Amino acid sequence: MTGTMNKTDMQHLIAERVAQELKGPCAVNLGIGIPTLVAEYMKEDNIYLHTENGLLGVTDVEEEDIDPNLVNAGKLPVGEAVGASFFNSSDSFAMIRGGHVDVAILGALQVDETGLIANWAVPGKNIMGVGGAMDLLVGAKKVFVTMSHTSKDGSPKLLKECTYPITSTRQVDMIFTELAVFEVVDSQLKLVDLMPGATIEEVREKTEAAFTE
Amino acid sequence: MSKILNNLNEALSAVKTGDTVLVGGFGLVGAPLTLIDGLTEKDVKDLTIVSNNLGESGKGLGILLNQNKIKKGIGSYFTSNRDVGDKYQKGEIELELLPQGTLAESMRAGGAGLGGYYTTTGVGTDLAKGKEEREIDGVKYIFEKAIRADVALIRAYKADTLGNLVYYKTARNFNPLMAMAAKTVIVEVDEIVEAGELDPEAIVTPFIYVDGIIKAQQVLTKKGVVNV
Repeated sequence: MTGTMNKTDMQHLIAERVAQELKGPCAVNLGIGIPTLVAEYMKEDNIYLHTENGLLGVTDVEEEDIDPNLVNAGKLPVGEAVGASFFNSSDSFAMIRGGHVDVAILGALQVDETGLIANWAVPGKNIMGVGGAMDLLVGAKKVFVTMSHTSKDGSPKLLKECTYPITSTRQVDMIFTELAVFEVVDSQLKLVDLMPGATIEEVREKTEAAFTE
Repeated sequence: MSKILNNLNEALSAVKTGDTVLVGGFGLVGAPLTLIDGLTEKDVKDLTIVSNNLGESGKGLGILLNQNKIKKGIGSYFTSNRDVGDKYQKGEIELELLPQGTLAESMRAGGAGLGGYYTTTGVGTDLAKGKEEREIDGVKYIFEKAIRADVALIRAYKADTLGNLVYYKTARNFNPLMAMAAKTVIVEVDEIVEAGELDPEAIVTPFIYVDGIIKAQQVLTKKGVVNV
């Protein structure tokens, strides 16, 4: 069943599941891609979204209200929520690095079986961008990772060890894919939920990393 | 002496070949579009440009890149302009990649008279290679050097005639930090008002940091960059 799911459905499925883990009041930073979609599924109204280009209190915006100078870190137009504030990039990363942001939700290329992630560089290609990924990983109180369970060619992305350069020596807290949800407990992956339509056999088959059930 | 400049030549007179230049903006948002455009017309080269990205392909700093005026780029996200990768592959540009928070903090430190600082960001990664590591209260940090520059080209929303600045929404980003970290700071603004008209409580960049003000001739609108 999951094999026939299109990319957009898969991304929304993951985003909806992540949103269930967010309990307000909290400040949450959303990365580019699947993490951005999480905002569509947040049920509580005391979750405040932080974007590293200098806004606490991100909300969605109607087409007619788009302001070209009001964007999120993905350079997409956003709106300002009630109680929003603007600040410079240094203050924004002080919030992140200083441990004032409760949750960071990021994408990843690979995750290893201890919860380390690689999401900024691919060997053999020019290393062109890191953005705020390293800052978010060291600083956010909790880090959630969202990604497709396997690469386009079907190879596992949950590996014994990352083959790409790691983003931080800090382990993430939870990993969400279209097949499963893992928690990182004592440097080990623990399967805590199967996604709709997924079976434990399929998860085992498509996961290289060791995990407990 | 008035800080208000009459033309782009005057505004960019401080920029010399070989200089390190800070350029504000997060993509095109908050970028000094008029000053960047002026720089593409100016006969300078071997510039070290410090900016979050080097524009987009053929846009903003991307034009300067294609003119081979940039010797080195220091930033956090060059991915937004594919031409940067091509130039780097051919050995035509040096790049220094910094985590975005480190890029920002290094300029703040430079502007605040510090030599550098220790940060947890990047510890144990490829970007920590060659950087001093130190343990403080049981936590590992790496040393990051402050950034100082010859010139900063930034954008603000309003300036008063003294050079006090206020910004607009997410167009603030790196601009106030860059205002602190360069010998000569030139700002382009949407509006210039008399001293006393800006609320002192709302001023983000006090005039002490600002050397020259020019009215923006290019602004970012819903339809893209337009001349005004």
